[in-house]
Amino acid sequence: MTVTTEAPPARPGRAAAAPVDLDLDALDGLRTVPARHPWRWAAGIAALVVLAQFTHGLATNPAWDWATFRVYFTADTILRAIGRTLQLTAYGTVLGFLLGAVVAALRLSRSAILSSIAWAYVWVFRSIPLIVQLVFWFNLSYLYKRFGIGIPFGPTFGSVETVGVLSALGAAVLGLGLHQAAFAAEIIRGGIIAVDAGQREAAAALGIPRWRQAWRIVLPQAMRGILPAAANEVISLLKGTSVVYVMAIGELFYQAQVIYGRTGRVVPLLMVATVWYVVLTTLLSIGQYYVERYFARGAQRTPPPTPLQRLRAFVRTTARTAVRTTGGQP
Amino acid sequence: MTTTLTKAAAPMVQVRGLHKSFGRLEVLRGVDLDVPAGSVTVVLGPSGSGKSTLLRAINHLEKLDRGHVAIDGELIGYRRSGDRLYELKEREVLRQRTGIGFVFQNFNLFPHLTVLENLVEAPVSALRRPRAEARAAALALLERVGLADKAAAYPRQLSGGQQQRVAIARALALEPKVLLFDEPTSALDPELVGEVLDVIKDLARSGTTMIVVTHEIGFAREVADTVVFMDGGVVVEQGPPAEVLDRPRQERTRAFLAKVL
Repeated sequence: MTVTTEAPPARPGRAAAAPVDLDLDALDGLRTVPARHPWRWAAGIAALVVLAQFTHGLATNPAWDWATFRVYFTADTILRAIGRTLQLTAYGTVLGFLLGAVVAALRLSRSAILSSIAWAYVWVFRSIPLIVQLVFWFNLSYLYKRFGIGIPFGPTFGSVETVGVLSALGAAVLGLGLHQAAFAAEIIRGGIIAVDAGQREAAAALGIPRWRQAWRIVLPQAMRGILPAAANEVISLLKGTSVVYVMAIGELFYQAQVIYGRTGRVVPLLMVATVWYVVLTTLLSIGQYYVERYFARGAQRTPPPTPLQRLRAFVRTTARTAVRTTGGQP
Repeated sequence: MTTTLTKAAAPMVQVRGLHKSFGRLEVLRGVDLDVPAGSVTVVLGPSGSGKSTLLRAINHLEKLDRGHVAIDGELIGYRRSGDRLYELKEREVLRQRTGIGFVFQNFNLFPHLTVLENLVEAPVSALRRPRAEARAAALALLERVGLADKAAAYPRQLSGGQQQRVAIARALALEPKVLLFDEPTSALDPELVGEVLDVIKDLARSGTTMIVVTHEIGFAREVADTVVFMDGGVVVEQGPPAEVLDRPRQERTRAFLAKVL
């Protein structure tokens, strides 16, 4: 097969010595020595040493006060506060994304008036810091004593005291939701405009009704782009609920503050709050993975296995090899 | 071709005086076209000659500056009342489009829906067919384009040729009066072109009214009843393939054919 004019070198060792007439067939069976990266190892080990030192400090430095941490980590007040945090996150997310979807739809509408209003909404609510807005809603009753329904600029049919309608919690949810809606609107709009124009065109060519085009064709595809950013928002909202401590609502961070205000143990209680935030964020991240996977259907020829499926497959193959090896023994 | 001509049947597709500009670029400069029912019209021409725009204008994906389109005697995109033309609302245009099948160069299948769902979607949501009935019809259509075994697959799991055959089946699912093909084989690898053209030829034999924009001269010669040659936004020449392709009268047609043949 190889056309050589001269006899190939008989000993493999000569191949390196005489690269001019390199014979690839003679390389068969040589031992391959991988390239070595000593500095990569050195940097990795140095990083591990620093990490080990920090972990050691966490465990041994008495100032972290893990005993107090253990006492309060599952205390009733803290668990109730987590409930409140989750409640604020859930309401804020639902209100934020529902309103955000409406604002995004208005922004994309062909009506210049509606589109401008939506733009202005996003502009206003992205401009005001969340904490400022929350304090503002909290004090709404100073601005509007009564809240009523009637004909614009005309007579009012009925009204109620603003204080009665808007509790601290209501004001917090409203603030979080309105704030979230501005960001959600832009995320949803971004997802929608990223869907190939050919998809809408094909749907229009098939005569699919407009509402159905949006709901069945465009949105499910837009979800792929929307989800990672939306999950970011939900997680940042989860942590952002800690801002409502300014309204004296008993969510996680407020409750931690109340306890360390009483006991003076600041660090362990901050750690209680921190660890809970990490736990909740982790749960949300896992949820995000599966929701994204659902909306990725059809995006790849063969969807990759989930970590759970991978684990099961691993256990299966290991079990099978174990059986085979033990079964092979007489 | 000798059918009972009791009354002179109006052409299935009538196009009169189409004008369309994109900004300052005049893409269509007065196009007239008649497509008899059951006939196949192949539109040839260099890129930029307005072929695709003509096709998109016929199902009102492109709004016209001037001119009119009628399908099966129904004005597309407008309604006449007395001496006025009223622009139709989107809902009515969408209803009209269910009678006009459109096959895109890039297939434009819905990637998040299975092949079967792609076919069932429009009959159910636009024509309000019962889902079970639409599914049965869709499976029969998939059989017809040779893809019955791919009903549960997602479009990206198919080859380009298979995707285009699904797209044709999807257009057929609405039982349109006319089928429009916008360069249906231009996005395909050469060895996949044949399977798609075979499906279109099969449709031609079954008497479907079709307008096909393509660069496949061989296909035009074999299937077309009429070949239309466009250039510069106008129809330069039209007639039976034997005339337009083999004995073109216009110099521009000759020059184009000399390049592509």
